[in-house]
Amino acid sequence: MERTYYLLILITSFFLFVSCQQQAGTDQSNNAGIEYAKGQSTVSDELSEKNILQIAIGSADHSTLVAAVQAAELEDVLVNAGPLTVFAPTNAAFDALPEGTLDDLLKPENKATLARIIKFHAAPGGYDANNIRGVMGIGQATGDKVKVEVNDGVTTVDGGQIIGTVKASNGFVHVIDKVLLPPEK
Amino acid sequence: MKNLSSNFKNVLLVIAGLLLAASCNTPGNAYKSGALAGDVASQVYVPPGEYDEFYAFMSGGFSGQISVHGLPSGRLLRIIPVFSVDAEKGYGFNEETKAMLNTSHGFIPWDDAHHPELSQTNGVTDGRWIFINGNNTPRVARVDLSTFETAEIIEIPNSGGNHSSPFTTENTEYVVAGTRFGVPYPQQDVAIDSYAENFKGMLTYISVSEEGDMDVAFQILLPAFDYDLAHSGKGKSHGWTFFTTYNTEEKATLLEVTASQNDKDYIAAVNWKKAEEYLAQGKFREVAANYADNEYDESTQMATSTMKNSVKILTPEDCPGLVYFLPTPKSPHGVDVDPTGEYIVGNGKLSADLTVHSFTKMLAAIENESFEKVVAGVPVLQFEEVVAGVVPEAGLGPLHTEFDANGNAYTSFFITSEVVKWKVGSWEVLDRAPSYYSIGHLMIPGGDSKEPQGKYLVALNKITKDRYLPTGPELCHSAQLYDISGDKMKLLLDFPTMGEPHYAQGISADRIQSKSKKFYPLEENKHPYATLGEKDARVERAGNNVHVYMTTIRSHFAPDNIEGIKVGDKVYFHVTNLEQDWDVPHGFAMMGANNAELLIMPGQTETLLWEPKTVGVFPFYCTDFCSALHQEMQGYVRVSPRNSDIAMTWKLGEDDPVQ
Repeated sequence: MERTYYLLILITSFFLFVSCQQQAGTDQSNNAGIEYAKGQSTVSDELSEKNILQIAIGSADHSTLVAAVQAAELEDVLVNAGPLTVFAPTNAAFDALPEGTLDDLLKPENKATLARIIKFHAAPGGYDANNIRGVMGIGQATGDKVKVEVNDGVTTVDGGQIIGTVKASNGFVHVIDKVLLPPEK
Repeated sequence: MKNLSSNFKNVLLVIAGLLLAASCNTPGNAYKSGALAGDVASQVYVPPGEYDEFYAFMSGGFSGQISVHGLPSGRLLRIIPVFSVDAEKGYGFNEETKAMLNTSHGFIPWDDAHHPELSQTNGVTDGRWIFINGNNTPRVARVDLSTFETAEIIEIPNSGGNHSSPFTTENTEYVVAGTRFGVPYPQQDVAIDSYAENFKGMLTYISVSEEGDMDVAFQILLPAFDYDLAHSGKGKSHGWTFFTTYNTEEKATLLEVTASQNDKDYIAAVNWKKAEEYLAQGKFREVAANYADNEYDESTQMATSTMKNSVKILTPEDCPGLVYFLPTPKSPHGVDVDPTGEYIVGNGKLSADLTVHSFTKMLAAIENESFEKVVAGVPVLQFEEVVAGVVPEAGLGPLHTEFDANGNAYTSFFITSEVVKWKVGSWEVLDRAPSYYSIGHLMIPGGDSKEPQGKYLVALNKITKDRYLPTGPELCHSAQLYDISGDKMKLLLDFPTMGEPHYAQGISADRIQSKSKKFYPLEENKHPYATLGEKDARVERAGNNVHVYMTTIRSHFAPDNIEGIKVGDKVYFHVTNLEQDWDVPHGFAMMGANNAELLIMPGQTETLLWEPKTVGVFPFYCTDFCSALHQEMQGYVRVSPRNSDIAMTWKLGEDDPVQ
């Protein structure tokens, strides 16, 4: 009985030791003891005009895009003060990619490639549906340019048609029917 | 169990005790989570009575002032009024300092202050002065760091939006002022659509004498690009200044679209030593101008505004070799020169990359005439001939770069809201740390000089949102302090700031601390209305003007009661603080005065104008708690009708002994 009692103390102590060490380990794991909180995308604000990320999250047609943004950890960029112009491919546009492409991109090891593709859909600058027609091209966040064309009143961006534009608090979301692929590096 | 030896029991208990003791002894484990993990709190803790290691001077942005903080604590030490009136200190309200805010547009009580810049000697911050630009009505101010008072403000002619300013040369030979907005040159009534034709961009060099006097030495007439930021060369590149440009498209409407079309804008490289040669050769045009130069004289304690009426202008066409353009991608914002003077970093704000030019390559390209074209008389150097390297896709929206003493650079990225550390020369990204949120400038003490002192980096963030307890729609901007002494940046502290700190400067405290003035010696007080002893206190009438020669000492005014003032008088209270003791200012506040208080430093004289409008007896008092009998420090002014014949009298104390 007494042996059990002592063993119990020892085992309990051991588990307390392990659990607290693990907690400390979490703190140490990232950047010299500092665990950075997530950025501006975690700000809780249901009253202000919606930002680009909130608009995308609220759109049933963009669940794939949102999943991709989350996988690439780019949420904070889309809530930045901007202004940003984001071309937002619909779920159907992602579905039109070759079989397996999206699944591959969502794998953790392809995060950089995915991030590059998403950044190719965003430009610093506030181009609304009107003034986007006045430019030949827009420099995207990757440093590459997309070509803007207007034919019969229809605006296309690198061949993707703009099928709607939503104003966000921090820029504009142009819904497009094609996933844009950045040029090979 | 009887057979369990006591020895074994003891061993078990000791092990259990050790495990328990070892388990939760991380400092602050349960309480200090996240950024306060480990020993972070102690790194920013300055015990009561001890000093911070660094001064940090932060621009007040739209407050027009400079705030002084201590690092690493972040404690606010002082607000220095510069471009905005400050009722607290009487700045811009008292008769002595009104002239500091005079311009060619008249008295201006406000400006937008962006970039503090410490004076340097041999490329090292020397703690003599700090300069700051007024962005709105173009001006540059010099603040004396022995008194922490604004000593001079000079207006910049032919300019609009003085943003790329007031960055210093290596020995504070000059501070510069590049115009952000093109303006018609000469200023005239023209169609705004004629921007590209009639508007120009002016770069101004302000000379700074050994005593600190500023003067517009010369201006360089360039196309109406938007000159955004600047830094002068150092070491091998001493003698040059680099200015970023955007809107090389020369558009004047919807710039957020129209000024973002060119793939590359320019960094303008100015050879100011060459400019000095051309000036000596007389290759300038002296043109009419109208601008104010306001100086505060510490002995008379008065500011004087002098209007100046001409300026020397150099043009690239007349002065070959004076300016070159270095093509730089995507509307570069900050331009920062590394401590060796070799590398010139262009922070292309619409880009993901940083472009770094080589000073050595630039000289070779000039020598070989590797010009792409000539724009307005300025050769554009071949990009490939001047670029040293690119920090690729380091983040989004790079704005500014500062340096440490170990060959590392730190760049702020606005859109991705982070600080990125990279290696100068190899261009590899070494570390990144988020900022909360949307960082603009960053600052390392000495980080734009030849000798960075940094073990700290301060991020100056534009967006605060949920970082502090909410204070309604407007939130203070935040500063964040990082420890950069190790391989990885470590966020230590988050602290609120005043106005909008754009740039900041930091300096080790010992370069300022010992020179800080404690009081103004009375024997050096040459104020024309000074009263150097109580026996000289008096009131003098000259028509409707009444001059009160008043003194303060703990804890009374002399005189304290004044009679014979009439409605419609202009009463000038010239108050001299007779104290000769550190940190004993006296305040002076007059009921119904339409301006502010006076806050008079020991040994100083300041003047408040009061224009009584109604009859009666009105009190004045000391506003700065000066002693145990501060509440007794008061007086009255009797105001009589205009036509009254009450004699002018003043007194201090009872004629008869108090009963």
